[in-house]
Amino acid sequence: MQRRVVITGMGGLTALGHDWKTIGSNLRARRSGVKYMQEWAGFSDINTRLAAPVSAYELPQHYTRKTMRSMGPVAVMSTRATELALQDAGLLGKPVLTSGATGIAYGACAGSAEPVIAFGHMAKTGSLRGVTSNTYMQMMSHTGAVNISLFFGITGRIIPSSSACTSGSQAIGFAYETIKYGKQTVMIAGGAEELSLGPSAVFDTLFAASTRNDAPETTPRPFDRDRDGLVVGEGAATLILEDMDSARQRGAAIYAEVVGFGCNADGSHITQPRTSTMAKVMQLALEDAALSSQAIGYVNAHGTGTELGDVAESIATQEVLGKRMPISSLKSYFGHTLGACGSLEAWLTIEMMRDNWFAPTINLDNLDSECAELDYLTGGGRELEVEHVMSNNFAFGGINTSLIFRRWN
Amino acid sequence: MDNQEIYQTLKNTLVEQFDLDPGKITPQARLSEDLDLDSIDAVDLILKLQEMTGCKVSPDQFKEVHTVADVQAVIEQMLSVKH
Repeated sequence: MQRRVVITGMGGLTALGHDWKTIGSNLRARRSGVKYMQEWAGFSDINTRLAAPVSAYELPQHYTRKTMRSMGPVAVMSTRATELALQDAGLLGKPVLTSGATGIAYGACAGSAEPVIAFGHMAKTGSLRGVTSNTYMQMMSHTGAVNISLFFGITGRIIPSSSACTSGSQAIGFAYETIKYGKQTVMIAGGAEELSLGPSAVFDTLFAASTRNDAPETTPRPFDRDRDGLVVGEGAATLILEDMDSARQRGAAIYAEVVGFGCNADGSHITQPRTSTMAKVMQLALEDAALSSQAIGYVNAHGTGTELGDVAESIATQEVLGKRMPISSLKSYFGHTLGACGSLEAWLTIEMMRDNWFAPTINLDNLDSECAELDYLTGGGRELEVEHVMSNNFAFGGINTSLIFRRWN
Repeated sequence: MDNQEIYQTLKNTLVEQFDLDPGKITPQARLSEDLDLDSIDAVDLILKLQEMTGCKVSPDQFKEVHTVADVQAVIEQMLSVKH
């Protein structure tokens, strides 16, 4: 028997605030989280100086040395975002978390950057200076997932979803399938990314990072003629997925239902996106949800602000969903939060559906003529009442994901 | 380093490394029961001692260590072997 899966908690840490009220008002004010990074001034080989760091957040007293010793920044953000989401779901401290009925699907591009330096130093010099019992725990790619498990005493299955820019969306998709097929009652799903120079350097090398260093708020510019690449961002977001019957039984407030997930691979080029498989993944999500393309009322684009990505995505979106489709990219506000973007964008897309207002793509002033015709939201965004929203993400290595959420009435 | 200096250095290390209240650290304080250190912390303490003394600590040397005074004895032993 297949179960229906609902979302009962959402939370996160972002460049524009740590709750929907704050973030929503920043989106309505068309405020960008992109900043000039003074501290990167010394890295002369790297052209970009832009990033969208998470805004300051405080950790409560119970984040002690012992609970945090195995965490680098990415694991701390994963854990704190999860705590906010569990609190929101009314599940903090509840037996279901520790009984084995709750699992975790969580990812990031990688673990923390600082320990890599310690191991690099060891490889070069043979010295273990800077290496402690926890250095590896902070560096490993599933550091967020297992630290969440330790912090909250979660004993169900753990599905690490560290797949770069689809880490967060795969987490939601895999968590949804885990509950759908009866393997767990509750799933903690999300993704996170800590800011470090590495990812920016990667995109810089590929000439895909924005270098509008003197005008941070004008970039990235998804789908815009004058875009010059992406900006790396930071953050974490967690969604609590739950078996619908259990959620109803405990009287939980329900945000939305997860109804469709598609996931496939390009199988062709390591960095260049492929329109046909992008379109295919959206079809897979529609088939999974047993919906026609007409049922979708808004698409949250991956929309990174790179030429190849934007054009391929727009063509694929038009092919599957038609020219009428309202679409916008939240990366114009938060930059590309890599491992976090899938869950961050899912969270905010669901909030926008509940508010009947969808944010515009800021900095989209002149549509790139290479991009396919769609209903690109600009200006003050759009008041829209829709039944279903789609959120798409695409990662290096050619991983594609598409998620469909249904309004909960 | 005389014994008083060793004790002070050890105390500072424990405070800094494990975020401990200096008032809790006495020679009689038990690492596990009184200071809430576990096996993972013991590994990090050994790594710190190696850094402090420049000597390799063998796991056997640490088997009978239960209190702060026991740790001090290990350090004194390491330093005396060295000199």
